Amino acid sequence: MTLNPKIFRTSTFRLVAVYLVFFAISVGAVLGYVYWNTVSLLERQTDETIRAEVQGLADQYRILGLQGVADVVNRRVEEGAGTIYFMANAKKARVVGNLDVLPPFETTESGWIDFPINVGKGAAKQNHSGRAYFTTLSGGYTLLVGRDVQEQRQFRDTIQRAVLWALGLATVLGVGGGIFLSRNFLRRVDAITGASRSIMAGDLAQRMPVSGSGDELDRLATSLNEMLSQIERLMAGMKEVSSNVAHDLKTPLTRLRARVESALRSGDRSEQRAALEKTIEESDHLLQTFNALLSIARAEAGNTREGLVANDAADIVREVAELYEPIVDEAGGRLSVNVSGALPVRADRQLLAQALSNLLDNAMKYGSPSGGSGVQLAIAASASGGHAIISVSDHGEGIPEDQRERVLERFVRLDESRSKPGNGLGLSLVASVMKLHGGKLTLADAGPGLAATLELPLLDEAR
Amino acid sequence: MQVTANEQAILPGPRAKGQSMRILVIEDDREAASWLLKGLEESGHVADLAGDGEDGLALAREAIHDVLIVDRMLPKLDGLSLIKTIRAEGIKTPVLILSALSDVDERVKGLRAGGDDYLAKPYAFAELLARMEGLSRRSGEPTQETRLRACDLEMDLLSRSVTRGGKPILLQPREFKLLEYLLRNAGHIVTRTMLLENVWDYHFDPQTNVIDVHVSRLRSKIDKGFDEPLLQTVRGAGYMVRDA
Repeated sequence: MTLNPKIFRTSTFRLVAVYLVFFAISVGAVLGYVYWNTVSLLERQTDETIRAEVQGLADQYRILGLQGVADVVNRRVEEGAGTIYFMANAKKARVVGNLDVLPPFETTESGWIDFPINVGKGAAKQNHSGRAYFTTLSGGYTLLVGRDVQEQRQFRDTIQRAVLWALGLATVLGVGGGIFLSRNFLRRVDAITGASRSIMAGDLAQRMPVSGSGDELDRLATSLNEMLSQIERLMAGMKEVSSNVAHDLKTPLTRLRARVESALRSGDRSEQRAALEKTIEESDHLLQTFNALLSIARAEAGNTREGLVANDAADIVREVAELYEPIVDEAGGRLSVNVSGALPVRADRQLLAQALSNLLDNAMKYGSPSGGSGVQLAIAASASGGHAIISVSDHGEGIPEDQRERVLERFVRLDESRSKPGNGLGLSLVASVMKLHGGKLTLADAGPGLAATLELPLLDEAR
Repeated sequence: MQVTANEQAILPGPRAKGQSMRILVIEDDREAASWLLKGLEESGHVADLAGDGEDGLALAREAIHDVLIVDRMLPKLDGLSLIKTIRAEGIKTPVLILSALSDVDERVKGLRAGGDDYLAKPYAFAELLARMEGLSRRSGEPTQETRLRACDLEMDLLSRSVTRGGKPILLQPREFKLLEYLLRNAGHIVTRTMLLENVWDYHFDPQTNVIDVHVSRLRSKIDKGFDEPLLQTVRGAGYMVRDA
């Protein structure tokens, strides 16, 4: 197993390392506590017992003399309580006790000593550790009381080993786990990086791998995948639009070319002049189509968002209505305007006015009942439910319900309208302007006629 | 040419109607430039051509032109930088910007850089000519006038009243603005787009010809009952208020 140095830079590895340090500290603390409460408690108890016994024997000596102490010691040795006794005279020779020789110690008044003792006889003879307290009594006698602490020592060693092993094991498991987790994490991150590189290289169908565990990496990958799907949908839409554009522009260009060609062939100057004039007209029309497409693209790109400033929608509606009122009048129709109060919205005045102008153009074109003359148009604006509601309605044929979504698409013109001039972009522009403004365009039946309604969010202070 | 109360004093020689102007065209598309130059010369103007931004800047610095027509995307030095440079140097020659970038935002950028008008490509030559002549007039025009006049029509900007031959004419606020703009450009053609931009402040083209109806309404108010029509339609170009 080769270690990738990248592993040590992963956030998982760092996290595991930090966790490990804290884990080791707490394991150490717990085991230290256990150690303190067992081994050292036992040792302290032993020491206290020994001191108490030394104190007791020293008192006996003072009261009962040497013989009294010897009797007590002999009795206790016979009881076999596991205690070591030794009483020596000034020449360090044994007076009484169950130890063969006095263990060596510094000549001081009193103190603790640790020394090896032999236990058992013959082959079963073992070296044990002993711990004793000695004190000097009057008359040059030395009194030593001790215990065989071999078991205690073994217990202490066992506990110490256990603590060390536990720490060691925790460290090994921690480092191993960290590496394992990081490798796993790194592998998944590498997979995501790889996927994003191949997407960048142009494979838009590629998706981020999802492990299915539902963890944070999965959540990230899932939302990235959703984003990719959205982008793919938009790209597909764009492709469709551009091929539509190419197709819909080819038709008038073909017409234009054919006209110029035929004018060139004909020698008649007045015919040529008429063809040229028609050509200018047609190219102006093409230009309008281009401009409409550009406006839609601009509104959809959202670049104009910075152009959205506080505006009174009511004023904009009134102004556009004022612009159209004479032409409706001229056409023998009527435009009724019903705008009340102020409707503060965040809007691009030009785009909103253009949207309204498109709706009014449409209403004028299609707004009269078939065979009848004189359009009856109504434009109204009011506030409702935190929105500015602007509606343009006519008394024409309307749009069949199943076609209302479709007419918002670019270049879609209903068969009934093909005889009239237009490029099929008017409503698309209105829809994209509304999208840019965070509002929406709805087409409904005005019974009879079409009611196109714009909904724009009102500015907060107006709610 | 606009006419004020003190008619004699403000008839500046080089700006008078029909007078030839010297125009600098800074445009890198040779064919477009040659058509433009041809058109300008046919209209009686003198035109110089610069094929890139640096040449254009050098010529503009001579400050001998009445109007500069500047394309935005130019080799060596782009149009907006050129305009900023000459404006920083105190050259006040009116500038008409030509650009394929037709957004309102782009237009605002152009005007902020120091341009005086902005025309999106492709354009009708009549539109360019009308705007260019409008620009050269504006630069020579006194800033504070209170009365505008064309023949026997008189507009008082302070009392906001209009009379023709001494008879008062009642106008709606928008009609007043429309007439004011036409009078400021009396004797010159104004296009529908110019009206839409300057009177309504709209920078898009409505599909229907809404402007024509507004103009004919105005015409019925100022010309009805008078022998000499003042407000004329110029076919294929726009409208003009006669000033003589």
